[in-house]
Amino acid sequence: MSFDEARLAVAARTLGEPILALEGVSLAFGGVKALSDVSFDVREHEIRAIIGPNGAGKSSLLNVINGVYRPHAGRITFRGETHHHMEPRRAAERGIARTFQSLALFKGMSVLENILAGRNLLMKSSLFLQALRVGPALAEEIAHRQRVEEIIDFLEIQHVRKTPVGRLPYGLQKRVDLGRALAAEPRVLLLDEPMAGMNVEEKQDMSRFILDVNDEFGTTIVLIEHDMGVVMDLSDRVVVLDYGRKIADGTPDEVRASQAVIDAYLGVKH
Amino acid sequence: MPSDEGKLDTFPKLLLEHARVRGARPAIREKDLGIWQTWTWEQVHDEALAIAAGLAEAGLAPGAHIAVIGANRPRLYATLIAAQVLGAIPVPFYEDAPAQEMVYVFRDAAIAFAVVEDQEQADKLLEILPECPMLARIWYDDPRGLRNYREPRLAPYSALRGAGAAHLAAHPGALEQRIASASGEDTAIMLYTSGTTGHPKGVVLTHANLIASSRAYAELEGLGDHEEVLAYLPMAWIGQNVFSYAQWMVVGFRINCVESAQTILTDMREIGPTYYFAPPRVLEALLTEVTIRMEDASWVKRRLFQHFMALARRVGARLLDGQPVGALDRMRYALGNVLVYAPLRNTLGMSRIRVAYTAGEAIGPDLFVFYRALGINLKQLYGSTETSVMVCVQPDGAVRPDTVGPPMKGVEVRVLESGEIVLRCPGLFREYYKNPQATAEAKDAEGWFHTGDAGFFDASGQLRIIDRAKDVGKLSDGTLFAPKYLENKLKFFPYIKEAVAFGDGRDAATAMINIDMQAVGDWAERRGIAYSGYTDLASKPQVFELVRDCVERVNADLAADAKLSTSQVRRFVILHKELDADDGELTRTRKVRRGYIAGKYAGIVEALYSGAASCTVEAQVRFEDGRVGSVRAELPVHAARAFAPEAGRAAA
Repeated sequence: MSFDEARLAVAARTLGEPILALEGVSLAFGGVKALSDVSFDVREHEIRAIIGPNGAGKSSLLNVINGVYRPHAGRITFRGETHHHMEPRRAAERGIARTFQSLALFKGMSVLENILAGRNLLMKSSLFLQALRVGPALAEEIAHRQRVEEIIDFLEIQHVRKTPVGRLPYGLQKRVDLGRALAAEPRVLLLDEPMAGMNVEEKQDMSRFILDVNDEFGTTIVLIEHDMGVVMDLSDRVVVLDYGRKIADGTPDEVRASQAVIDAYLGVKH
Repeated sequence: MPSDEGKLDTFPKLLLEHARVRGARPAIREKDLGIWQTWTWEQVHDEALAIAAGLAEAGLAPGAHIAVIGANRPRLYATLIAAQVLGAIPVPFYEDAPAQEMVYVFRDAAIAFAVVEDQEQADKLLEILPECPMLARIWYDDPRGLRNYREPRLAPYSALRGAGAAHLAAHPGALEQRIASASGEDTAIMLYTSGTTGHPKGVVLTHANLIASSRAYAELEGLGDHEEVLAYLPMAWIGQNVFSYAQWMVVGFRINCVESAQTILTDMREIGPTYYFAPPRVLEALLTEVTIRMEDASWVKRRLFQHFMALARRVGARLLDGQPVGALDRMRYALGNVLVYAPLRNTLGMSRIRVAYTAGEAIGPDLFVFYRALGINLKQLYGSTETSVMVCVQPDGAVRPDTVGPPMKGVEVRVLESGEIVLRCPGLFREYYKNPQATAEAKDAEGWFHTGDAGFFDASGQLRIIDRAKDVGKLSDGTLFAPKYLENKLKFFPYIKEAVAFGDGRDAATAMINIDMQAVGDWAERRGIAYSGYTDLASKPQVFELVRDCVERVNADLAADAKLSTSQVRRFVILHKELDADDGELTRTRKVRRGYIAGKYAGIVEALYSGAASCTVEAQVRFEDGRVGSVRAELPVHAARAFAPEAGRAAA
């Protein structure tokens, strides 16, 4: 089976009900409108891409979804609960994890420790017991370590398990970042330019990991990406933003054919 | 070792014996999820029988072939045994072989079943399905990424095991009966030789072959069931098969499967193998790593290392061989052991090694002496796929870098007039599969196997190999020319990764050279020489100087050799790209295919002899993702100084 056929097989899986929906979301910084009246939904198990030229508001949109920014208008529905805005902690607890465009890892800590840090919210025993590593805290740590090892195995980074993250090449750091997000066992994973600055081989690896995460864990994925080839190959549906507005929404083929998208990317005579 | 040897003449019988005698002891470990997971002999036994039943249910007939493709994994080992339980013949593949190279073997051996490690291997087989219509079933061990494949011929290993367990419950004792009725003369395994020319040939080895070879080594070295062995080499290679499968089964020691190809060093440190087998290129990679790390170390550590390594080179190997060494040197060596040797052995994961072998190709004297100087009992042996690796091995106390030792017990070796080595041994293969002509060429009527290697016995009765017999030629003045010998001498320098020598029928020897990217790159970095990639680095004038120096040192060395002094390398080029198995320039075991290279780069060979100052090359390269591109470069041709032979003849 070639890569394309495998991809078709993945696309053939059934997509669920909308797990996340934004309605009329607007966001402004002072006089600058970052998002104006953006609405779209994300269905369970799908790979949803957000694309657009620089400054179109893509990262702002992710920040609205995980509660870092408060939109001044609109509603967000996540897993059946509707709010005017999300709180970062509530978003994390309810199952939203993200990776960052500019990496935000603990450079001095090992790969293992960085991914273990991603399980912070899932650790139940008290700080005191954890510090002493006794009783339930020990059993819990073993369970967490097992899960982290599964992620390390999944992302094929066994050989750098104990290496400080700061010493790793960029492509591997990106993988660790993904690993840490996965460690939280998210329902929805937000990926902010997971392939920025990578070479072709690293991009292929990362694409494979994203497909596998989606396939193996059933994780819903929302990703921002500049590489059109990657976006069109990976995603089920694509939202296109331009100057904070949604200008297209649909399958990769529909989006590719949309005149508004072509104009936004290639420019248009005024 | 099992007591009643007469009865235990097949691997499945040996497995039953181990499960009975040492069932609760560890047989195989695999590092998974960061932890060494242990399988006892009983578990291996249960697994193998369940898989055998599953394969029987699926219709694997005695004598049929089954492909096993992947890295060293306990379940793949279980599959090997399972096939043998049924009297079927496992055919392991190199896991990095591209799909198209697998087609020939699948068709040649009419393989209908395959057990593979993961999606990567499954994808390759699905790709070649149209060309191999007889391939009926594929089972995969690691389900990752394969969940949504809609190919009816594809199924998970767990399904095979499940079906097997059900089959076992319905037919108790049936497999045991099959095992008991098998004989040592049955075929145990088929390994394809990499084939420096033409198609690969399937070497048919019987249980008796492999067991005889394994017992000979076990007796020679006194191997016991407490040995720890690291399983990290390709399963399709006879070396791996004898040392990690056949000997494992015969002796009952433990094999440890590494987590991934990148973690071998860490895994080796954790396991601390007592019995170790490595081809020279692995030992060389380890030494290169040590050298680079020492060069980055602090001044004190570097001086300490240099001082004590000089001492070790002088007395370390002599101590290991039990030769007399002065009391003062002994004390200094003991101090060095505390400060340098023991920590270094520990870093290499070699603290517990009792005996280590190297084979497969010639090993550089510096490399060989380095390990022995550290107190690691590294020895050379000689053998091939056809002989179950059983021909010569160096005994303790008589280990030298340029020989491979005297013939083992039960092995007869003769050197023909032509210089070719012929032999008879218990490990000798039965035949090449479906190729009686090749079998007849290799094995004559009296059972002598023509190795195709050229060599001679030295004064102490040890065999010395110089080259492949068919490659040994003559220069136009009639003197001996052994290209491999030259190439190896060049490759012994850390800066030279590959070399291809020419000279048969010509007036002088010349060579194409590949620099070692890691070693030369590091060298360039320390001198502040900027470069963008291999091609750029290879064309730097400073690198030419570096390589020329290596070539001239080889020439100086050759001048001292009575037989080979005329083979000094007069002209050479540094190739613009690395020779690669994917481009057909190397075999899968990384041997240069000289004839193919001479044809492909005919323009360069021409320039080497025409006296031209440079030549233009354009070559097709195959990228790792399968695309094909072309590289064009202008290659300067360099002259190297030759030296007067010590006999006193005039030099050029």
